Formats: sequence, structure tokens, C-alpha cells
Amino acid sequence: MDARSESQPTPMKNRTTVERKSERELVVTRTINGPARLVFEAWTKPELFKRWWVPKSTGLSLLSCEMDVRVGGKYRLVFSHPAAPEPMAFYGTYLEVTPHSRLVWTNDEAGDAGQVSTVTFEEKAGKTLVVLHDLYPSKEALDAAIASGSTGDGTDETFDQLDEFVVTLAASAGRS
Amino acid sequence: MVQHATARLDASFAALSDATRRGVLEQLGRADASITDLAEKFHMTLTGMKKHVGVLERAGLVSTEKVGRVRTCKLGPRRLEDETAWIEWYRQLWDARFDALDQVVEELKRKEKVDGRKK
Repeated sequence: MDARSESQPTPMKNRTTVERKSERELVVTRTINGPARLVFEAWTKPELFKRWWVPKSTGLSLLSCEMDVRVGGKYRLVFSHPAAPEPMAFYGTYLEVTPHSRLVWTNDEAGDAGQVSTVTFEEKAGKTLVVLHDLYPSKEALDAAIASGSTGDGTDETFDQLDEFVVTLAASAGRS
Repeated sequence: MVQHATARLDASFAALSDATRRGVLEQLGRADASITDLAEKFHMTLTGMKKHVGVLERAGLVSTEKVGRVRTCKLGPRRLEDETAWIEWYRQLWDARFDALDQVVEELKRKEKVDGRKK
């Protein structure tokens, strides 16, 4: 009873926006066609989370995904990519967990350069506005992430694969 | 084009797979530095640091310029001028993610309806 959605009519596609709000902040927004409680569920249950966090087009595989979603709980994601010499782990701690409306977590693989991510879910008429806010510890940390992630060609899919990794890797530059 | 992209992908992975090189990038994000500065900061020989910088340079993550006897390193050439392009690919990444999230949520909605009918 698990009908694949390929043949289903695609619901109206909403716009994704990204803005550098300040020297240290990056904000991503998007409206999802469903109630906040389901978006929250998809964000906090590993078996659901791993189905969307790594889009197929990135060429990445999520080898493991552990999430202990409660205040002080940890998460750990391990990715592989055909061009990466070895799997890479990304991990951190949940600082705030407010069911259906708000999650805050650290990105600890980045050491001191890691950003703190806050996502809020705001439901309106059965749809949910998702706002993801990344606060970097310094202008330099965000600049470095951008500088090393830039390719000058944002439309090429291969570069997208690279970029997703580069950004997170560059963020881990603070680790000595 | 694809080959070029793949080569660059490989170069970047190689460049960033090393903790020292990631540290160098972070350092250069704060300020330009000479190879000598970097070698001292990371407790390495000049030769060792030159190799690291060479790898970063080939990946396009760092550029160097020799003035007199000093070789200065800075981030780039893919630098901040590329911020707009970077924002755009980052947007595309999240767009793809959210498309997939939409599908997952859609499926949860359908499942709820079916479960609701059963009750």
C-alpha cells in the first residue's frame, strides 16, 4: 500500500528563496503543501528525513542517519560520494525542539566555524511556511563557506554535487 | 564540459579532504597570508605548506601571487564575486530538497486519509 508518487499529479510547486540577510546570516524559505505537523514529522523521523535531505541529483548517498530529536540530543549523518575519498560525517546537537513549530541545532563537524541552524514551521490554510535560518559565528566563516563553494556556474548539476559537499567541508575548516 | 567538471570535482574533494588544507582556507578567509606565515601557523615546513597550497590552487580555491621573495596566498579565484552564483546554486539545492520534502509530506497526507478512513 505504498504507491509511488511518480505518476501522481504534482501539486503546485512553490518558490524557494535564499538570501544572505547579514554578514553572518543565511535564510532559506519555502512553502510546503501540507500541515506543519507533517512537515515536522518529515524533519524529525530519520526514515522520512533521509528520503528528502539528499536529493538524487546530488549523487550523494546517505550511509547512515541517526537522530535523537530532543533538547540536548545528537544527530549524525554519514554521506558518501563516488568522488569523495572517504565517507564524511556531519553531526551536532539539538538545542531546541518545539513540536510542529521550531527546531534549532548546531553543526559541530565544523568546529568553531560551524553555523547554528534554526528552522521554523508556520502553518497557514493547510500549508506550511518553512524558514531556515543559518547563523555563522563570524562573517569570515560564512565568507569562507561561500568562497570555497563558489564555482561561477551554479546551474551545472555536477557542480551542485560538488558544491553541497564543498560548503559543508569548508564549514569544517575551523577544525584543526 | 562534463570531463572538466568531473576533474574539478575530484580536485576539490582532494583539496578539502585534508584538515590542514581546510584550516588554511579558514585562515585565508580571515586574511591573506604568505606561505611562510601559513607554515608557521600550522607548524609545518615551507615545502610541506607549499604542497598544500599547490593542491588548493589547482582546485581554484586559493590563488597566489609572488611579490619579490614573498608568495602571498588568498581565497579565490572563485571568491566573493561569486556570491550571487553561490546563492543561486544553494537555492537550487534547497529547491530540490524541498521538492522531495513536498513529496514525502504529500505521501503522509495520503496515508493519514487512508488511515482515517479505516478508523
